[in-house]
Amino acid sequence: MKTTSLIVASVLAAGMASADAPAPTDVVFEDGAVAASLTGTPGNAAEGRKIMNKGAGNCIACHAVSDLAELAFHGEIGPGLDGVGDRWSEPELRGIVANAKNMFPDTVMPSFYKTEGFIRIGNGFTGKAAEGAVDPLLNAQQIEDVVAYLLTLKE
Amino acid sequence: MTKKAISLGILALAVGAGSGAYAGPDDDSLVINDELEMVTETAAPAHMEGIDTIYSGWRFRTDETQSLQLDDFDNPAMLTVDQAIDAYSEVDGSENESCASCHGDVESFAGLSAAMPKVKDGNLVTLEDEINNCRSTRMGAEEWKWSGQDMQGMVALIGLQSRGMPVDVAIDGDAAPFWEKGKEIYYTRYGQLELSCASCHEENYGNMIRADHLSQGQINGFPTYRLKQARLISRHNRFRGCIRDTRAHTFAEGSDEFRALELYVLSRSNGLSVETPAVRQ
Repeated sequence: MKTTSLIVASVLAAGMASADAPAPTDVVFEDGAVAASLTGTPGNAAEGRKIMNKGAGNCIACHAVSDLAELAFHGEIGPGLDGVGDRWSEPELRGIVANAKNMFPDTVMPSFYKTEGFIRIGNGFTGKAAEGAVDPLLNAQQIEDVVAYLLTLKE
Repeated sequence: MTKKAISLGILALAVGAGSGAYAGPDDDSLVINDELEMVTETAAPAHMEGIDTIYSGWRFRTDETQSLQLDDFDNPAMLTVDQAIDAYSEVDGSENESCASCHGDVESFAGLSAAMPKVKDGNLVTLEDEINNCRSTRMGAEEWKWSGQDMQGMVALIGLQSRGMPVDVAIDGDAAPFWEKGKEIYYTRYGQLELSCASCHEENYGNMIRADHLSQGQINGFPTYRLKQARLISRHNRFRGCIRDTRAHTFAEGSDEFRALELYVLSRSNGLSVETPAVRQ
């Protein structure tokens, strides 16, 4: 029960922070990087670590991360993320997580903070057409949380 | 930035080498019933630009899954094929006809599936279309649903008559516009995840996506028995599942889009053996 209310609280907090966040279409990319925090609220690395798993970001479907060794089956589609916090700056990581296609135009990586410009967008995984406004794959605070976590991955 | 991209590339190689076990297809040979040798690897057809060598999906599966296709007594698809053998000779519908009453022995279909789909009277026609056309116009029977087990059992039974023959679908002449349309669909990045068929099955075959070992997405083994779904799966049903998983609005089974995609994807199997009914994970 305690855990549940904690989760509810953090979801509410994320939702509130996102209300002030720039819409995905308003985010300013410079050479693929995003200098400013999307929310002004520092990212929570512990939350970001959870988002790496299935059901949220599912980052490890494509990327291997030694720090997440307790989770089975890390993918090989994208580069491994060990040491990624040394190789990239915070603005670069924010830009890549939000919409990697700005930095790598041909990447297969999905754009996690994007709401338009899709072809035949569906309603989640139902196979049916989407109805109404599209939510980004991750909200603004979740992007910040993932960036905070990635910055902890040092060599 | 370029430097970083390069060093990332090197890292990706290092990580790939480190995890090792799953890089690319394996080296196993597929011989069915100890006598029928299947081509599971050959030079890619000339029209393919991104791939030099094509591999059957069988080469990407675990030894355990592979073994189920080595002997027809172990192949779980054969139960459904046996039912299709019965249905083949059964009279159904108002015209007092069965498949056998016009076509004779089912072996007369040898070679047909290796060259389907094909264009007839300006329409791209799949084996499912031919079967339902026979059922409705010649037998006076109800059409079967595209991915029903009666339909896919019959598609597999007719395909079995071509097992071991090389896939050889025509892509030129009046097939060309359908093939071009299918190719366009293959390379379109659908859905909120913005993934095309090529994103996984051309750019990343051999790599793991979470627990799944990506194949080239060849469809020479379809209808295929999919252990996860415990039944024979049609090509269109698999297309539908893949596009759905990109968080997209899929096309329907039996749609013109999927007919075109079937022709295009099968043309990427030209030269591999017809394998139906294959067994996959």
